[in-house]
Amino acid sequence: MLVPADKLRTMYQNMTTTRSFEEMAMRLFSLGKVHGTAHFCIGEEATAAGVCAAIESQDLIYATHRGHGQSISKGMDVNTMMAEFLGKATGVCKGKGGCMHIADVGAGNLGANGIVGGGIPIAVGAALSTAMQKIDRIVVCFFGDGASNQGTFHEALNLASVWRLPVLFVCINNQYGMSMHVSKSMNIVDISVRAASYGLPGRSVDGNDVVAVYEAAREARAFVITGGPFLLVLNTYRITGHSKSDAGLYRSKDEVESWKKKDPLRGFAAYLQEHGVCTAEEVKVMDAQGVSIVEKALAFAESSVEPSLDTVEDDVYA
Amino acid sequence: MQEITYAQAVKDAMCEEMRRDPRVFLLGEDVGPYGGAFGVTRGMIDEFGPERVRDTPISEAAITGAAVGAAMTGMRPIVEIMFSDFITIAMDQLVNQAAKARYQFGGQTSVPMVLRTPEGCGTGAAAQHSQSVEAWVLNVAGLKVVAPATPADAKGLLKASIRDDNPVVFLEQKLLYRTKGEVPEGEHIVPLGEADVKRRGEDLTIVTYGRMVGRCLEVADGLAVEGIDVEVVDLRSLKPLDTTAIIASAKKTGHVLVVHEACQFGGFGGEIAATITDSEAFYYLDVPVRRLGGLDVPIPYNKTLEAGVVPTPERIAAAARSLVQ
Repeated sequence: MLVPADKLRTMYQNMTTTRSFEEMAMRLFSLGKVHGTAHFCIGEEATAAGVCAAIESQDLIYATHRGHGQSISKGMDVNTMMAEFLGKATGVCKGKGGCMHIADVGAGNLGANGIVGGGIPIAVGAALSTAMQKIDRIVVCFFGDGASNQGTFHEALNLASVWRLPVLFVCINNQYGMSMHVSKSMNIVDISVRAASYGLPGRSVDGNDVVAVYEAAREARAFVITGGPFLLVLNTYRITGHSKSDAGLYRSKDEVESWKKKDPLRGFAAYLQEHGVCTAEEVKVMDAQGVSIVEKALAFAESSVEPSLDTVEDDVYA
Repeated sequence: MQEITYAQAVKDAMCEEMRRDPRVFLLGEDVGPYGGAFGVTRGMIDEFGPERVRDTPISEAAITGAAVGAAMTGMRPIVEIMFSDFITIAMDQLVNQAAKARYQFGGQTSVPMVLRTPEGCGTGAAAQHSQSVEAWVLNVAGLKVVAPATPADAKGLLKASIRDDNPVVFLEQKLLYRTKGEVPEGEHIVPLGEADVKRRGEDLTIVTYGRMVGRCLEVADGLAVEGIDVEVVDLRSLKPLDTTAIIASAKKTGHVLVVHEACQFGGFGGEIAATITDSEAFYYLDVPVRRLGGLDVPIPYNKTLEAGVVPTPERIAAAARSLVQ
């Protein structure tokens, strides 16, 4: 498959913007500017960037608690995302959700979920709604290796299969739950084999190779739109800790270092240059653009007002 | 006025709303040709077809979650959970997902769905098929909770619930399914949040809902012979709660008994009692508000034991007498 150059550039831009966002978010934590927590996706940027580039603008996504890359890659305004992270009134969720509950319904992002596996049945419902209303779109459901051990994963895949719904299940296998390695949480190596239990196709690809992710997601989407659900497993690695509380006691520095060598961002930058898509200079421009987007977002967020306590009871009920 | 059963009223409400609004559909276990465990949906698949009356696998979390996702994207699903006890399996989808989606996303979305489920004991189904679960869901911001006591209220409240833009937990009283009552012909809607004084009286207020409404009305008839004039306030919807009606009746009679089938400990009766004592009605009370709820035990199988777990007519009457004498 020949991936269009503009898609390649979009994916790189989203990956480098995501990386900048995560690095800024971590810096803000260390400066004591954040009330709350966050889950960073450094090392996993190719998964969201590849999938979101492969789907169509009308397609919907349900994101995970580690979803900054998913939100950015689905085209959300980084200003309102950063403002939400800092709990401001201008945040996309008016400061009510924080970065674990980012949603941007206008951009087709129906929300990140703080409950591991909680979003999987909901994505199936959105796909049911899509089918019943005969809308030309699919629903993408992101979740992790840990969520694939939840009952909701199994119930939802079965239901989607029985009803042949247009939903693409994307399992981001970053090797760990909070601290438990997949080798201890399940007795299989390839999570995609779980699809067979429910009569739908499954496939695993290298989640650090954004071109492979894009191609697999593109093929999966083509299947889903007519053939029903598909399980796509993206094998990657969470280089950063689970959250800000992670002291890294469950894995070796050597292991983390070995995955840093497989950094999806650096690998993709080299790919772009080798294939004549971008020059080294153009890659640097995109990196700088990512930093600039995030710095502007921070300025927007920091200059925004806190939500008024008068709004605390708003939006409980419609 | 037509006289129909409570089950028929529930079905009529669904059918009318499904005819009116193509976004409304039903999903649940065995709701299709089987007609639901209590026969409520019998025949609906013949009119609406398997697309809109969807039989599901036994997967309460997935069914409820699917309703949440469908509701967030333009449909208005009705979920039938076969027994209210089974909402435990769907609790994350109900409590963390349906109830919170709107708030945590800053009002960007809404979840217009109804979760219908039969609750209560009296069928000999024992501990896992007989509970009254309202206290579990009343403590969750973002949910509405309804418990109709008559066919007319069942129909009118269900139609209002289906048209509501929020997740509504609709607690059908399974022992009432076969009871009959008059239901107005044509469009009949009962707004959520309005209690109904089912019997007017001067001496004592009984605040109740669900299956206990009928029992309290019978007790009230008996007490009338003894010269005790009882007012029976049927809450109908528990959240939103018609505090105005509760307070007004408490002020009028100065004696209040709260009756519900669910466990008294940690039950909704405490909230009703506090609604009165936190208000100006407190100064009108001649005696403290008294609660009468279910015993703090799982529902037992044996018929005599089961009947003794919930407020009996004798216990309700005794509690009422003790308040006014």
